[in-house]
Amino acid sequence: MASAFSATKFTQPLPLNTSTSRSHGKQSVFDPLKSSTSFLGSTRKLRFTSFPKLNQPNSHRPSLVVAVSEAVKEKKLKSTSNLLITKEEGLELYEDMVLGRAFEDMCAQMYYRGKMFGFVHLYNGQEAVSTGFIKLLKKEDYVVSTYRDHVHALSKGVPARAVMSELFGKTTGCCRGQGGSMHMFSKEHNLLGGFAFIGEGIPVATGAAFTSKYKREVLKEGDSEDVTLAFFGDGTCNNGQFFECLNLAALWKLPIVFVVENNLWAIGMSHLRATSDPEIWKKGPAFGMPGVHVDGMDVLKVREVAKAAIGRARRGEGPTLVECETYRFRGHSLADPDELRDPAEKAHYAARDPIISLKKYIIEKSLASEAELKVIEKKIDEVVEDAVEFANESPLPPRSQLLENVFADPKGFGIGPDGRYRCEDPKFTEGTAHV
Amino acid sequence: MLGIIRQKAFGQSLQRIRPVASSWRGYSSTSKQMMVREALNSALDEEMSADPKVFLMEKRLGNIRVHIRSYFLTSNCGFMFMISKGLLEKYGPERVLDTPITEAGFTGIGVGAAFYGLKPIVEFMTFNFSMQAIDHIINSAAKTNYMSAGQISVPIVFRGPNGAAAGVGAQHSQCYASWYASCPGLKVLAPYSSEDARGLLKAAIRDPDPVVFLENELLYGESFPVSAEVLDSSFCLPIGKAKIEREGKDVTITAFSKMVGYALKAAEILAKDGISAEIINLRSIRPLDRPAINASVRKTNRLVTVEEGFPQHGVGAEICASIIEDSFGYLDAPVERITGADVPMPYAANLERMALPQVEDIVRAARRACYRSVPMAAAQSY
Repeated sequence: MASAFSATKFTQPLPLNTSTSRSHGKQSVFDPLKSSTSFLGSTRKLRFTSFPKLNQPNSHRPSLVVAVSEAVKEKKLKSTSNLLITKEEGLELYEDMVLGRAFEDMCAQMYYRGKMFGFVHLYNGQEAVSTGFIKLLKKEDYVVSTYRDHVHALSKGVPARAVMSELFGKTTGCCRGQGGSMHMFSKEHNLLGGFAFIGEGIPVATGAAFTSKYKREVLKEGDSEDVTLAFFGDGTCNNGQFFECLNLAALWKLPIVFVVENNLWAIGMSHLRATSDPEIWKKGPAFGMPGVHVDGMDVLKVREVAKAAIGRARRGEGPTLVECETYRFRGHSLADPDELRDPAEKAHYAARDPIISLKKYIIEKSLASEAELKVIEKKIDEVVEDAVEFANESPLPPRSQLLENVFADPKGFGIGPDGRYRCEDPKFTEGTAHV
Repeated sequence: MLGIIRQKAFGQSLQRIRPVASSWRGYSSTSKQMMVREALNSALDEEMSADPKVFLMEKRLGNIRVHIRSYFLTSNCGFMFMISKGLLEKYGPERVLDTPITEAGFTGIGVGAAFYGLKPIVEFMTFNFSMQAIDHIINSAAKTNYMSAGQISVPIVFRGPNGAAAGVGAQHSQCYASWYASCPGLKVLAPYSSEDARGLLKAAIRDPDPVVFLENELLYGESFPVSAEVLDSSFCLPIGKAKIEREGKDVTITAFSKMVGYALKAAEILAKDGISAEIINLRSIRPLDRPAINASVRKTNRLVTVEEGFPQHGVGAEICASIIEDSFGYLDAPVERITGADVPMPYAANLERMALPQVEDIVRAARRACYRSVPMAAAQSY
């Protein structure tokens, strides 16, 4: 694992295309060897433009372009085949992805049976991105997501029972039934939502990253910075808020990783038709942060890139933009008949199903046997069934819950001079006007 | 005495302006049924063919045709595309623009185009998304005619579904009528039936000022009878005039958009109780048809306002204040406001039902206004 990791960092730098570099040397340089785009191509070259390890955290030295070609990677993979993941990690990744898939399939079933309602957006096919990134986080790290947030919640550690009852609208859900499918929040697991509008989560994530930097530098708490991951899609990359946050994150060197889940479709709008330059990773260097493109259907590749990006953020070197080329097997939401997408495209990506690829890898590298994987699948089935049962049996929110949680302050009278809520002072409501 | 004469005058003026009201009742058995969706589509089609400066900007997001099942399970953005069905084929991509998901951007672009004489119709997937663009709606569109002393007018229409749908959570369910209606420089319209939808949208497109056109997702699929006059291509309704959907003499109930349907159902229930309710379909939130509401209250002496939005600073609050200013002496009971609950919309189905006005709430309020149920304060016999 260590050697594979180092492969990304210490290979010989390839010749730079100086015409694209900035004179004041703050910008990292585009990788001149980027091959022509073919979004439906089967193999993607892993390009990683990154700053090497800096001794001075605040220096503005020009970056070194370090690119890894597929050929070098392949050789490394073959010789150090077992070192990308250990058996425990492999099984953990497999279990997480199978949980995501089984959960989403069960959501679809429950929706069509009328147990769930409203907007439900499923994550089938994109599990590699969620698992690849979130499984590298600590509990204190933050994740900010979009409306397609069930699997992010599950990967981050929110119990399947809590997520399922939230979807059913029951009071035992993670948000007591008040949020719903698109608004999953968990303070305990540091999942900051769940936003309905695209681009809404990115400034919130940038703020969370700001908090961790502030805590470390101003409040002097703790040593390593808590990293924030912001997940969003390709459609969001045309939105103003995205660019504003890229700028600020790079300017203030915030510990954040912007993860673009580029599944090529914004509901029914093709990314290629909506974007002047469809290569999203390029937008990173324009703001002074590395931009990486990775095959989002391969959890191991995602994990590699994630390790580097999260490591960068943790060391205080600033943000990274990671574009994961992935695909959603179902429509945008459960009400979308998904008639627009070309079946050939769907078949192409279905053949690259991340769960099947990981299973093949695990079995080929003899990390685990087929039987062990089957045990995991069975266990996940039971977990999901149990979640559904629990959600079914949970009570609906009581009438008294309707008006709760509007304010954090129970009666809205504010905080008094003694630092406690004024409404807790029994004398407060006697008489009204104060001179 | 004076009150009765004035009411008659009002009544006649109302009749003159809306002759359709009488013919509608007369010919309802032979009139055509039209869905609100088709009404909007036909209005857009006719206005676009009449004036080449009219163009449509929407987050089209592909030509999704809505699955019939989804109509029952959820109100999806797919509905929006049925509104502009066929327009892309007929007018081409230069006039029916498909934009990426950048509300602030394309709203601003639309306003800029309107400054220079084009007539954009900017569609939001729901008005909740208009918050991303609200700076342009208020600061660039609404205030420009004033700031430029009349030199630059902004003939733009912002349209889209408003208010709660079914189970879509807090960020997709807010009603923006009162937010936009408080801003001078904007006209705010809220149609209910197909006739309203057609007439008001055509009026909005022809109007030289910025218009916020608040439709309702759940009404798109409902059918209403329309007369031949409504189907005529030059048909348009006046802005700033309400419609009396049902005449009555005991209590006035004002509503707009989906709540008009609920109010009509409540009126049926109240009629069995002997309470005859007059239902006013506001149609136009800004400018508000104060004369019509006042005339009606002077006739019935009781008022119940119904709306879906949040209670504080809502449309009902404005109507109540207006009545007190103009017709205080005529009120026999306190004005009742029925609004959505003062909470962000919860997701759970039972909480959502509690958070929105239902027909029973309207009936109860009307009864209270008529002193038919447990009195809330010192009651007088009526």
